[in-house]
Amino acid sequence: MTVFDRAYDDTVRVLDEDGEVVGDVPDLDDDSLVEMYRHMRLARHFDGRAVSLQRQGRMGTYPPLSGQEGAQIGSAYALDADDWMVPSYREHGAALVHGLPLKQTLLYWMGHEDGNHAPDDVNVFPVAVPIASQVPHATGAAWASKLRGENDAFICYFGDGATSEGDFHEGVNFAGVFDTPTIFFCNNNQWAISVPRERQTRSATLAQKAEAYGIDGVQVDGMDPLAVYGVTTAALEKARDPDADRPRPTLIEAVQYRFGAHTTADDPTVYRDDEEVERWKAKDPIDRLESYLRDEGVLDDERVAEIESSVEARVADAIDEAESMARPDVRELFEHAYAEMPPELQRQYEALAALRDDRGDAAFLEE
Amino acid sequence: MTDTQNLTLVQAVRDGLHTELREDDDVVVMGQDVGKNGGVFRATEGLFDEFGGDRVIDTPLAESGIVGTAVGMAAMGMRPVPEIQFSGFMYPGFDQIVSHMSRFRARSRGRFTLPMTLRAPYGGGIRAPEHHSESKEAFYAHEAGLKVVVPSTPYEAKGLLAASIRDPDPVIFLEPKLIYRAFREAVPEEPYTVPIGEAATRREGDDVAVFTYGAMTRPTLEAAETLGEEEIECEVVDLRTISPLDREAIVEAFEKTGRAVVVHEAPKTGGLGGEITAILQEEALLHQEAPIGRVAGFDVPYPLYALEDYYLPSAARIEEGILEAVEF
Repeated sequence: MTVFDRAYDDTVRVLDEDGEVVGDVPDLDDDSLVEMYRHMRLARHFDGRAVSLQRQGRMGTYPPLSGQEGAQIGSAYALDADDWMVPSYREHGAALVHGLPLKQTLLYWMGHEDGNHAPDDVNVFPVAVPIASQVPHATGAAWASKLRGENDAFICYFGDGATSEGDFHEGVNFAGVFDTPTIFFCNNNQWAISVPRERQTRSATLAQKAEAYGIDGVQVDGMDPLAVYGVTTAALEKARDPDADRPRPTLIEAVQYRFGAHTTADDPTVYRDDEEVERWKAKDPIDRLESYLRDEGVLDDERVAEIESSVEARVADAIDEAESMARPDVRELFEHAYAEMPPELQRQYEALAALRDDRGDAAFLEE
Repeated sequence: MTDTQNLTLVQAVRDGLHTELREDDDVVVMGQDVGKNGGVFRATEGLFDEFGGDRVIDTPLAESGIVGTAVGMAAMGMRPVPEIQFSGFMYPGFDQIVSHMSRFRARSRGRFTLPMTLRAPYGGGIRAPEHHSESKEAFYAHEAGLKVVVPSTPYEAKGLLAASIRDPDPVIFLEPKLIYRAFREAVPEEPYTVPIGEAATRREGDDVAVFTYGAMTRPTLEAAETLGEEEIECEVVDLRTISPLDREAIVEAFEKTGRAVVVHEAPKTGGLGGEITAILQEEALLHQEAPIGRVAGFDVPYPLYALEDYYLPSAARIEEGILEAVEF
């Protein structure tokens, strides 16, 4: 029996809220477990610093991820470097694990397009802001890989609200029809800005939507990184195997909670109460993994302190790096719209460049 | 001497797809009814049999899915050629076109490019049901990052389609279905391209420049011939590419004549006619001898066919428009 042969509401769990083992612990050595923990701490610390940078006017609007580290880091840890990640806009933690430097994420939210230019050896798609619109991309990209006889798998992230969008349906439906190596990973964090999960669908679970597309669906505790890792690993194995006796695509619903606001422009106290937030904070994925690793004798106070300080240093370095980036040259505004600038665009660029030479940046730039 | 075939425009489109499928394994054709059925206009006839279902792909009926999965394929380096069966059905895929197809290169600073060509038959005049006759090319011309191509002859349809498929940037390729089978032309069997971004002069004349494209090229030439008999000589310029426009050719024809008329079947307000007029104002004001005329579709939803002949610019309306510019 595989993890996919269970009822949709039979949530896969490995650690309970206190870090006690209640399921099958995936086969990970101690160093990997500590690295997973370190990345979760890194994502959490990064998130806090990013919100604070926004508050200080050093960064634009930013979507926080705190509470969602278990789903992001757990799933991304299961990927091979050759696998592809197709994110929405909140997967800074997952992208980090898959090789995207923190500096890139900072730059993007600081308004630099370069932040979206992942290094060539990092298989991460650009951030997709319109909800669910990246779902068909993940299907198409995986389909291309399959048509070319390659063996890569693709993971696509989106939220609970996205499952109401047409593009979710179309993207997952195509994946079912063409049996593409795609994992649709739904970060069900309970709230689409202010609209609760219950307003998205009458379905009891989001995982069960897989049934309609003829693919596998599974619900996992998204605040249990080991459960997420195990489920994602099983889905990846199936995705990579063209001879599998199950559909290659999988819909994973990772049940979790966004501790903070939708973005720094949002005030969640308007639509949800503290009691609910506290209830979910008791399920904190970081505490849970830490407790388990301490019980196993893998982590102790000293190790945790070392991780804390290394994480703080790494984020501080990334912020220094991002903030030391000069404003891009004005040519950058024009030169990536097409492979070659059309003549009229070239003229528009030259006119702006000439005016800037004449009047100086002070005539353009707001304080 | 290369071998040629005498083809209609839609046959030339088919021949262009055939040639590019043969030339490049990364080219795939995908959409509703493009496979076994060969396309509702026969634009993909026989391709499924020759290249198989992994190259000529019948997809679910879902325009956003068709465009969106093609975006994903193209981001991985393939050259998908999705078809939307009628341009009036592109709107469910509009978000994918304007939020992603046009922006992927800019968004990723050139790491991901989308060498994809989205084909759709467009335009009126074939007595079709509602939503089958629209001309919405201005939507796409307004969107930076896209190129928009409209052929008007079989030879150029094949060459422009090949150029679009080989282009590193995404192209919206709008096929004027009114003239899909209107006439035949010698089309070389071998691969060739016709450059994107270049207009073509269809008729030389010193009195007035008339700018048009797609299915309106024929009534415009007909009006020009009629007026020629009255010694009013029209320079007829077929734009061929709507974005980026061939500003040089547009300005040159205007400077030669000092008078201009734009003809398109899309509604007048917000159409390409306004853009061309603005280009002439910017670049050649001192040559202008008369108001620039626009002979266009009316600002109404495209009618059912009992009234469509009044809606579409006819040779008579075009003649009148040209006369107004000439007699000013």
